[in-house]
Amino acid sequence: MLQAIRRFVIDNYLFGEDAKFGNEDSFMETGIIDSTGILELVRFVESTYRIKVTDEEFIPDNLDSVTKLVSFIHAKQSTSVQTDRETPVQFAESSLQ
Amino acid sequence: MKTQPTIVSDLLHLDAAAEIERITGWIRETVFHKLRRKGAVIGVSGGIDSAVVSCLCARALGNNRVLTLFMPEADSSSDSLRLGRMVTESLNVKSMLEDISPILTGARCYERRDASIRLVVPEYGDGYRCKIVLPGLLDGSRYAIFSIVVQSPDGQTKKVRLTPEAYLGIVAATNFKQRVRKMMEYHHADLLQYAVAGTPNLLEYDQGFFVKNGDGAADFKPIAHLYKSQVYQLAAYLGVPEEIRRRPPTTDTYTLEQSQEEFYFTLPYEQMDLCLYGKDHGISASDLAHACGMTEDLVERAYHMIESKRKVARYLHMQSITID
Repeated sequence: MLQAIRRFVIDNYLFGEDAKFGNEDSFMETGIIDSTGILELVRFVESTYRIKVTDEEFIPDNLDSVTKLVSFIHAKQSTSVQTDRETPVQFAESSLQ
Repeated sequence: MKTQPTIVSDLLHLDAAAEIERITGWIRETVFHKLRRKGAVIGVSGGIDSAVVSCLCARALGNNRVLTLFMPEADSSSDSLRLGRMVTESLNVKSMLEDISPILTGARCYERRDASIRLVVPEYGDGYRCKIVLPGLLDGSRYAIFSIVVQSPDGQTKKVRLTPEAYLGIVAATNFKQRVRKMMEYHHADLLQYAVAGTPNLLEYDQGFFVKNGDGAADFKPIAHLYKSQVYQLAAYLGVPEEIRRRPPTTDTYTLEQSQEEFYFTLPYEQMDLCLYGKDHGISASDLAHACGMTEDLVERAYHMIESKRKVARYLHMQSITID
């Protein structure tokens, strides 16, 4: 997962040039991703890892580096599995924005 | 210790008479001598910025050397034309009405926009209205992610987060509006050998709140060094009609009423002005917050947002690049 996300970021925002890009580097502070870029990144994550990111989850703590994103996806997937077992239909509807 | 209002008004206060003298001298020098044009064309929106620029140009060049253009389109508020006329009639300058709706229809502006909206709101169609919004800066540390608000013909509204394709499609389509207006301004400038005046204030200019080669294009920009609050000070001194001075800043681009705050700045312009000033004058977030009655957290987020928008604005400001 980490490598796939890293590859997506490098391909889309660093034009394939990854010389100094670290997995802990802040997307915001380095300026490599703007607000449209965050939308693209989230769309990639949602479609690849089958999670739904709510508006409230659009915060730097969840999305601002490769490692933060990986942790966030793991947490979402684990919540999703639990919720899915309990109320699968409700989860699918409430996650739509 | 100074009171809050004193500090706030001190920061952005200017001597209106002296500033008008300085700007009008600069306009004369720029238009007549640097650009060697016979007058100025101004697109008038009914807003405060184009009203002030029209007044300044009329003072600087003479009212017989100013042409104002009203360029409404299908989504424009009727207030825009009415208020625009109010300005030009008070100045006794030439004006022309150019309805740009047919050009926009020919370019499929509305059709392209609606198709992009339907990517996220499939039922969107005739009779619907829309606007794009950002969360306010008060909404915590969330990323500024665009959503679309749509209103159905029966008045039901809903807000949907935009996908990248939908967002880019809507913006690319609606940008036709600013670019067509600029094309029309240059058409009339060519006919009269006039220069085109741009109307951005410092907040818009600095933060990239303009369309590249649209409202961002002009031969001269006489208020691009003034904070929005200072533009209001000049407007009051110049006698811009009160209704225009009281009108909330609007984009007048989408079919639902949309403030500049919800579309771009995420803070009221008074606070944005102060934060921009504070950031550019090395005032710490805590000092500015204390002086202006904002929280330190809010000022820090505003400082960060200003820097982010400047990064986006760099491309917008760039001219064509050639090989040395």
